[in-house]
Parts: sequence; structure tokens; C-alpha cells
Amino acid sequence: MSTTASLPVPALSVRHLTVAYRDAPVLWEVGWATPPSGLVAIVGPNGAGKSTLIKAVLGLVPKLSGEVRIFGEPLAAVRRRVGYLPQRASVDWDFPATALDVVAMGRYPRAGWLRPLGRKEKGAARAALAEVGLSDFADRQIGQLSGGQQQRVFLARALALEADLYLMDEPFAGVDAATEKAIVSVLRRLADQGKAVVVVHHDLATAPHYFDHVLLLNLRAIAAGPMAEAFTPENLARAYGGRLSLLDQAVAAAAGAPGAAPRA
Amino acid sequence: MINADFLAALTFSLGHNAAVVVLGCAAFGLSAGLVGSFVLLRGRALIADVAAHATLPGVAAAFIGATLAGVDPRNLWLLMAGGAATAALGSLAVRAAAATGRVREDAAMALVLSSGFGLGVVLMSVVQSLPTGGQAGLAHFILGQAAGMSEAEAQALMILAAIAAGCALVLFNPLRALCFDEAFAASAGLPVRALDLALTALMLLVAVAGLRAVGLILVVALMVIPAVTARLLTERLSVMAPVAALVGAASGWVGASLSAAVPGLPTGAVVTVTACALFLLALFFSPTRGVIAAALGRAVMTWRIARDHALRGAWEELERKGSGADAPFAEAAIAEAWAWSAARMSAVSLALRRAGLWQRAAEPGFLRLTASGVDAARNVVRRHRVWEIYLTRAGGVRAFAAHRGADLIEHTLPPEVEAEVEAWLETADPDTARLAVPPPVEGARA
Amino acid sequence: MTLVDFLQLDLVPMLAAILACVTCGLLGTLLLLTRNSMMGDAISHAVLPGIAAGFWITGTRASLPMVGGAIAAAVVAVALIGLVRRLARLEAGAAMGVVFSGMFALGLLMLVWSGADRVDLDVECVLYGILETLIWPAATGPASLFDPAALAALPSELLLLAGMFAVTVVALLLFWKELRLAAFDPAFGTVIGFDPRPVRALLMLLIAAACVAAFWAVGSILVIAALIGPPAIARLLTERYAAQFLLAALAGGAIAVAGYAVAALIPAALGAAQGFNAAGMIAVMAAVGFALATALSPFRASRRRRAAASRA
Ligand SMILES: Nc1ncnc2c1ncn2[C@@H]1O[C@H](COP(=O)(O)OP(=O)(O)O)[C@@H](O)[C@H]1O
Ligand SMILES: [Mg+2]
Repeated sequence: MSTTASLPVPALSVRHLTVAYRDAPVLWEVGWATPPSGLVAIVGPNGAGKSTLIKAVLGLVPKLSGEVRIFGEPLAAVRRRVGYLPQRASVDWDFPATALDVVAMGRYPRAGWLRPLGRKEKGAARAALAEVGLSDFADRQIGQLSGGQQQRVFLARALALEADLYLMDEPFAGVDAATEKAIVSVLRRLADQGKAVVVVHHDLATAPHYFDHVLLLNLRAIAAGPMAEAFTPENLARAYGGRLSLLDQAVAAAAGAPGAAPRA
Repeated sequence: MINADFLAALTFSLGHNAAVVVLGCAAFGLSAGLVGSFVLLRGRALIADVAAHATLPGVAAAFIGATLAGVDPRNLWLLMAGGAATAALGSLAVRAAAATGRVREDAAMALVLSSGFGLGVVLMSVVQSLPTGGQAGLAHFILGQAAGMSEAEAQALMILAAIAAGCALVLFNPLRALCFDEAFAASAGLPVRALDLALTALMLLVAVAGLRAVGLILVVALMVIPAVTARLLTERLSVMAPVAALVGAASGWVGASLSAAVPGLPTGAVVTVTACALFLLALFFSPTRGVIAAALGRAVMTWRIARDHALRGAWEELERKGSGADAPFAEAAIAEAWAWSAARMSAVSLALRRAGLWQRAAEPGFLRLTASGVDAARNVVRRHRVWEIYLTRAGGVRAFAAHRGADLIEHTLPPEVEAEVEAWLETADPDTARLAVPPPVEGARA
Repeated sequence: MTLVDFLQLDLVPMLAAILACVTCGLLGTLLLLTRNSMMGDAISHAVLPGIAAGFWITGTRASLPMVGGAIAAAVVAVALIGLVRRLARLEAGAAMGVVFSGMFALGLLMLVWSGADRVDLDVECVLYGILETLIWPAATGPASLFDPAALAALPSELLLLAGMFAVTVVALLLFWKELRLAAFDPAFGTVIGFDPRPVRALLMLLIAAACVAAFWAVGSILVIAALIGPPAIARLLTERYAAQFLLAALAGGAIAVAGYAVAALIPAALGAAQGFNAAGMIAVMAAVGFALATALSPFRASRRRRAAASRA
């Protein structure tokens, strides 16, 4: 994996990606490539299609057209190298499972179909849980964890996959400041190990501090590139459209002069 | 013989009693379809099923109570009142069980439905051991038996159905508001809780009205199937409700006639199967949402997208090379541009040749646009660029949210939207608007 | 009531009820955990045409063609429900309502047409099961329990149920982690190469087969109580995944025994000429068990708090 990281092959690239739920397109001719490694943010207003982009990349929603490559290959060839952290609200936290049970799901691919998880895999799951600082909660039912702890359980499950490309959908949603710091440091560590981490992020104020690269998304890829180049007030204004309150926030975040706000 | 009887029943000439029964079932179907439309849109279809199953203990308890009290236990009104009482209790029990937070509504419904029915079955076994007569009639409440219905019973059914239909009609507008947008209804000052209660009451009324005719197990069928059938045909409640009423009435009429002609058939099953036949017709042949229409629509959409992509790919390839619009270009370049597999590319290539949009060039593996292909490609590229500029410049991606019911993809852009976008572009940015028009490849670029 | 009476008249019905409730409780747990309980309702109704067709072909009550017919019917039902949901853009409940009521009605008509209702398989049986008729006349005493000849004369319904129970246990153990993943987070499963669809399909097939097997014990509507009652009770008593299954199996056995005892054994012991309907009583016991478990639940307070918090 260190060899691929040193090659200029993007960790993730999409071309002409169009996705529609029923008749309404949610992503329209999106073309985008990440760097081979590093922390990448996907930023855009609610309903911009950020989650849909991740799901389309992972084959969870059908594409109308377009092509997705991961490390230059189709998904099926590199499934083992891809990790996913879904939106927290996507599962039922009342499910009778412990934190360790959930993290252990990240080891299922190592065990394979129909075989029980071995001792080694369970140990790896415990280690992943320790990495996010939840060792003491291993046997706690997941519904009895706080929102931030649940988010960290998901993170630990993703870590347990030992992937090279991670796709994370709003891992900071509903977490407190301390948890956010802890998650960021884990992500940083992954990036330092040469992995690519793509994160849907909704907080414009922190995005430039946490991430190296950004994709501004709203139905289309509005702008993409290194944070300093792409995260400009003009681009934010375009991504956030005529939504003024968000626009102000965006402009303040980019700490520049207000850009030309079309149709404001 | 059966055929003759069936026709006679259909035309209300199989005797006075049969005519009344058939009319009664049709009236029930009508009110069930009408009320069912609201129940369906409010997401209460299965609650109706729970309520219907929960009538059984009430009916049986009323029978036992009446026997013990020395009243005639076969009094239909009495039995239906008992059924209505336990049905209401069942609906409440679902809410109470779900409110504990430990189990969800789905489990609460399944539990109340089956235990309520189970209690009814237990009480029925008690009824069997009672010394009075008339127990056999009770079993008809489960699967319905129109054939043996007395005129008085049919009249009771018609009265209930008329009340339910009347209430649904009177409350049509407020109920519609409740079903489509509860928050809006509340903010508009409508008594949402009272309306919800009224809808539940209507549902219970229909459920007990259906007991004698179609039986408690299949009451839900007549509430849901006509409504879903209508829903397949139209989006609008003002059309959907009458269509559902019509489907319900037709099912009741045909089903009861059949069942009157062939006494062994459980009426509920015949009525339901009739409704199902109408439903299947709508499912396959509905012009908007039918299976066939959907498959056709998807095929057309796939073709349009592939065609537009192929034409745009060809045009952009020509632009890149700076050659004339009728110059040859490599098929492989298009496949590469869209990441099409070889099989996909050759299918698309064939389809466009068939459509006369492009043809094989002299060189193997090369294609050339025909005259109509050049026009079409130019249009496609122009449309695409106008749209793209609009989206990136305006950022107002959701500005056309109102149009999103239609296929808001460039490939099927409704002309009025296209005109609107172009008008916007002209006023906002005339320079770009001109740029958006792809130049004729031979002239400007060469 | 003598021991021989018990062996001849009550042992087999009771065993059948226990096996039905335990098997259904185990499978129903997965429906409950995926909030899909009404799918049990839908499948238990929708298998009727398959059962009728199977009966039509073989003329016997507990046969493999019947199981096959029921599975085919369940497959059709699940596919139709998906189609109706997609095309009519309806919530699952409404689509289920259409499909299962239609198929149930069709099944009833098939029973009447085929003349089955006059032979062996009547409408009553569909509604209440035939628990009381599952007798074992070959039993002459405790020794019959070990007598191959007597055992061979056990009703085939019981054997079908026992087979179904074994298949269910094996399938649950074999697909333990796959089923858990498919129930908790199917999207994550897809991404990591554990496609939930075959596992879900297997579960639906097992439920359809269990509905047929349990059909003879409790009838088609009361099967729902066996599917959802035990897991709902267990859900009130534990937060562990494995314990949820074990407790569901236990609760299934308990409601079967309690229901049968209250309906048949106790009235007989008290000398009543006629007991209650046992299948119905088992369904009632599911509700009683649920009420008891609610009262005893150690998690009630925390759950309420959380429910309130999530509403806020
Ligand atoms: N399963 C679905 N069916 C129909 N529409 C959907 C579905 N999921 C998302 N959408 C719509 O697609 C758009 C984009 O959704 P999403 O990708 O979740 O946005 P984001 O994650 O950026 O907030 C939204 O308008 C949303 O309403
Ligand atoms: Mg999202």
C-alpha cells in the first residue's frame, strides 16, 4: 500500500457521475479526483448530494451514468481497501449489540462468510476500540452510549477494516468539542500513515483547519482542490447559492471579502 | 346455472333479498374505498387491519353477554357495537405499547392484531358451548357471508356505509389537509387532533360495517386495495378518492353477486379477489405508474441519455481535433470519454446508426456524423452548456425545485424550463450566453 | 386424566405448539430487530395459496410440495410488495396490505374450489389451526416414547415442525454474524462484501417455511403471535444479541405451554366437558407475557428516558 500511496494515482476519482432518485437528479455530471492520500472534505449545503456521492461511489445507490475508480480500479477489485463510516442516524441504536459487537463487524471480511470471528480478530476489534478511547465501554449496549461515543464506535469499526481509503459521512455530527478533537487526531494519524480519508463535513468554520483538500458540492462539483485554492468566498457563494445566512457564514469562514453573490 | 344466477344477481334480479345484499356490499365497497383513500395517505393501512382483527373478541363477548342477559344474541347492531368497542381498544393498545419505547409500532401492531384475534378465537370456543342457537352465524364475521344475509342486515350495512361516506365527503377538505401536511393543517388553524380522531372513527365504522359482508380478515383489503389502485392512476386526492370509491363499489357489487350465486364462496374472498383483479390491471397498465409505462419510460430515458452522451462526445472530440463537423472520429474516443465498455459502445453505436445520426466512416473503427446528426449534436451540446453555465453561475441549483417533479435532466429538459434558463442567461450574462452556443466546428475553430 | 390420555391426546399438540412457537420466535426476532414485524403478518397470510396448491397436488397435509408452494408464494409476495411500493410510491405497510390480503383471499378461494375444504384442509383450519386433532393413538404408555413402531405413527405435522426447528437452528448458527450484520447495518455489509440480500432472502424463505409448519399448530393468523410475541417479550428483558434469541426461544416455549395448559389441560383437570381453543389461548398468552415482561423489565426507566430525549 505504500507503493500505491507514492504513485500519483488518485485514491478516488469519478467521471461524469450522474445519480437520480426517481426522476430528480441529485448529482449531475460530477467529475472529481482526490489526491492519493490526505484529509479531504466534501462540503456543501444540506441536500447537496454529499451522502449520495459517497453512496454512489460505494455502489449503494445506482448510477445513471459515470465511472468510479478507486486507486485506479473498479470498486469490486479493491473492496478490501475501502472503509466506510455511515451517517450515525442510518442505524437503529436500540439494537441489542455492544460497542464491541459493532466494532467487530469491521473484522468480518477477515473471517469471511460463514466462519465465526477468531480470537485474533476479536483482539483487533478491541484494539480499534482502544484507539478511539472507548476500551471501558466495550460491553456497553450501543444505545446507552452518548452521541459522541456512538460516533467513535463507528470510527473504530471503520478503523478495524484497516482500509487505505476511508469514506466518512458526517463523523462530526452531534459530537462535543472534546470528541471532535479526538476524532480529528485519529483522522490525522490515518493521513500521516499515507491513507486517504474523505469526510463529509458541514461546519464551514472548522473545515479549513481540519482538512488539506476540499470538494465543494452542490448537485455539481462546484470547485475542488487544495483547501487554500478551492475554499474561496466566491466558490462558497456558488455552492451555497442564494442562501444568505449560510453565505455569510461561508464568507466569514473563508475570512475574505464577500464575493459576488449571484441572484442574492 | 351458476352463470345465469351470477348475471341475475349482477342485475339485481335474483330476488329481492339478493338484490338488497348486493346493493349493501356495493355500498360498503364505496365507503371503504373512500375512507381507505384517507387511511392510506395517512399511513394507517395496517392500523385498519389491526382494528378489524380486534373486532372479533368484541363480537364474541357481545354474543356471550347477550346470551347471559337473555337478550337475542343475534342482534347485528349489538354485535357490531361490541366489535367497535374492542377495535377502538385495540387501536389504543397499539399506541400504548409503542409509547413504552421498548418495542416499535410495527411489533405493537403485530402483537395486538394476533392476540386480539386470539382472544376472539378463545371466546368463540366459549360461544360454541353456549346452549343458545345462532353460533354458526358468528363465524361469518370472520370471512363474510353475503349469501345468508337478511334484508335487515343489508340495510344496517347500507346505513353505516352511507354515514361513513357522508362524513368523509363533508370532511373532505380538512381531511385532505391532514393527510398531506399535518403541520400546515395545524398552522392553518384546523383542529388536527379532532380530525385525526374523526378519521379513526370513520375507519372503525367501515371496519364494523364490513364485518358481516366481507369478514374481519379482509376488511383491510377493501380499505387498501381500491385506494392503492386509484393511487396508481392519479396523484390527486380529488380524483383518487372517487376512483377508489368506484373500484370499491364495483368489487363489492361483482363479488357479492358471485357469492350470492354460489353460496359456498366466502364473500370476503370473492370481493377481495375482484378488487385485486382491478388492482393488477392498474398495476400493469396505468399510463403513468404502471409496470409497462415505467419500463418504457426507463428504456426511453436510458436511450436518450446514451444518445445525448454519444453526440456530445462526438462533438467534443471534433472540437478537440478542430476538424470539420462531418469529419470522421474514432469510436474508441467516445467509449473512452464516457468510460463505456466495448459491448455498451457497440450497442450505442448501432442504435445511433439506426437512428441515422451517424454512420461508419471509410476508416475502420471510425464514425462520421450525418447531417441530421450534426444538427442534433449541436443542439445537445448547446443545451448542455447553457444548463451547465446556469448551474455554476447561478449556484441556484435548487431554483428549479418546482420543476423537479419532471425529469430535470438536460436530456429531458421541459422546453419551458429551457427557455427560462436561456432568458435568465441572456439578462444575467449576455457574453457567456453567446459563448454557450457551440460554434460550427468547421468555421470558428479551424 | 390418565397418563395414557395425556400421551394420546395432549403430548403431541403441546410439543407441536412448543416447536412452532420456539421456531417462529427465533425467526421473528430478526423481524422484530429490523422493525419489520408486519412482514410476518404479510407472509403468514400470503403463503395460503401456496399451501392450497401444495395440498391440491399431494392431497396430504404436511408435505414438502406444500412447503415448496408456500415458499414460492412468499417469494411472489415479497416481490409484489417491492413492486407496489416502488410504483405506487407507498410506505411498506400499505403495499403489504394490498398484497397479503389479495393472496389470502386467493388462497381461500383455491381451498373452496379444490374441494379441499370438504376433505382435510378447511377454512377453520386456516383460521385456528388443528392443534386438537394432532393425536397419537399409537401411544399406550410411557414405553411408547421409546417404541419405534409407536413413534413412527406420530403425526407428520409434528415431524415437519421438528425438521423446521432443526433447520432454523442450524441456519441461525451458520449465518450468525451475517444475519446480525444484515439486520444492524446492511449498507455497511454491502460495502465490506457481505451483501445482505442473500441473507435476507434466506430469512424470508425460512419464515415462509416456518409459517407452513406452524400453520397446522396455530393457524395462519395466530402464527403472527408466535413470530412476534416471544421476541417482543425477550426484547424487554435483555440488551444482548445472543440472549435475545435464547430468551425469545424460552418465551416461545413458555407461551405455548401456558396457552395449552390454560386452554386444554386445566379445564380437563377440572372436569370441564370442553376446553378453550388452544391456538387462540397461546396468542392471548403472548400478550399476557408481554404485559408481564413490561412490568418486570429492568430497562424500562432508561428506555423511557431515552424515548423522551429522542422526541425532544
Ligand atoms: N432515498 C432517497 N429517495 C429520494 N430522494 C432522496 C433519497 N435520498 C436522498 N434524497 C434526496 O437527494 C438529495 C440529496 O441528498 P443527500 O445526498 O442526503 O444530501 P446531503 O448529504 O448533501 O445532505 C436531497 O434533496 C434528498 O432529499
Ligand atoms: Mg448527508
